Amino acid sequence: MEPPLEQYVDALKEIGSIGIGNAVTALAHFLSIKVNITVPKAMFVPIEGIFDVIGNVEAPAAAVVQRVEGDLSGTLMFFFPKQNALELVTRLLEAPPGSIQEIDEMGQSVLMEVGNILTGSFLTAISGMTRLTIVPAVPMFTFDMLGSIISSSLLCTGMVEDIVLLIETEIFAEEHLVSGDFAFFFDVGSLGTLFKRLGL
Amino acid sequence: MFETARKLGLNGVLEIQVGIAEFKVGREPLVIVTLGLGSCVGVTLYDPYNRVGGLLHVMLPRVADFTKGVSKPTKFADLGIPILLKEVLKMGADRRFLEAKIAGGAQMFTGADNKFQLNIGERNVEAVRETLKALAIKIVAEDVGGSRGRTMMLHTVTGRVVLKMLGSQVKEI
Repeated sequence: MEPPLEQYVDALKEIGSIGIGNAVTALAHFLSIKVNITVPKAMFVPIEGIFDVIGNVEAPAAAVVQRVEGDLSGTLMFFFPKQNALELVTRLLEAPPGSIQEIDEMGQSVLMEVGNILTGSFLTAISGMTRLTIVPAVPMFTFDMLGSIISSSLLCTGMVEDIVLLIETEIFAEEHLVSGDFAFFFDVGSLGTLFKRLGL
Repeated sequence: MFETARKLGLNGVLEIQVGIAEFKVGREPLVIVTLGLGSCVGVTLYDPYNRVGGLLHVMLPRVADFTKGVSKPTKFADLGIPILLKEVLKMGADRRFLEAKIAGGAQMFTGADNKFQLNIGERNVEAVRETLKALAIKIVAEDVGGSRGRTMMLHTVTGRVVLKMLGSQVKEI
C-alpha cells in the first residue's frame, strides 16, 4: 500500500458520495420508490486482494460495466445479485411478481438502461464538481460469477496497474428487495489530475 | 493486510486461494484454488510423481505489449509462467514430469465497445500457450474461451483440475 495516497481517501469518499447521491436520486425517480445508500467506502486495494474486499465472488450477479476515459479514467460498475436483478426487471417491466425467472434480452436492456442512468448521473456530478472532462464508453452487460466479472472488467485498456482505488456503496430500497453495489475502480495513474483540480 | 484465504475444504484438505496476478505452489494434500477467471487464464503446473504443483492467475498476455505495470511480473503470461516454474521446481517438482493445464480466457461482455475488450481472453490464451511451448512444458488438458467465468481448483494429490462455471455441471480436466 502507498501511504501518501491514503491522505486523499476522505476527499475521494466525499466525491463518491456526491456522485452516488446524484445517481441514486435518478434511480429513485425512475422507480418511484425511496432508495437508500450506505456511506461510500474508499480504499486502495492491491489487485491480488480485490476478491477479499468484494467478497461473495462466486455468486451469480448481473453487472453493467462502463469504461471511463478523459481527464479521469477508470471502470464504473453496478452489480446486482441475481434475485435483486430479477426483482428490478420485474418492477421496471411491470410484470406480475415472480413471473420473471431469467434475465433475457429484454431484461438485459432494462438493466443496461438502469446502469446507464446511474453511471450517467454519477459522472455528471463528478465532472460538474471538478470541471474535469470525463468520456464514458458504451456500457456493457454481463451475467456471471461476480469475481469473473470484476477481474475481466479491470483488464480493459490501461487498467494494468498494481493497485486500484475502489469506491464502493451499497444501494438498497424496500427492505433490500432491490439492492445492488456500485463500484468505481479508478486508474491510480489518473488520480493526480483529480487531486490537482481539487487543490489537494 | 490481505491475508491469503486459507480454509479447510469439505474433506478436511487445506485449501489455499490465489488472487488475481498471483500464484501459489505446494505439495500434497493441498487444494489450490483461484476464483473469478474471466478473460484471465489459470495455469497449473503439476508433477504427478512428486505430487507437487502450482497455480498462476494470469491477467495479461505479454509485458512488451504494455508501457507500464512491469512492477508485478506475475500479471503477465510471459513473465509469470517462468516464475511459477521456478517455484514448483524449488518445491521439489521434477521438470521432466511437469504437465500443464490451462483454463479461462473467456469473452465476458456483450456490448459494442471493442476498445474495451481487445480480445484479451484470446490473447491471454495464446500467450500462455507460446510461453509453455518455449519452456517445453506440455499442455495435457485445457478448457478455454467461451463467454463464462470459471473457478479453477488444482488437487495436488491427484493432479485433477476441477472447474466450476455458472449454470453448468462441475467439470474435470
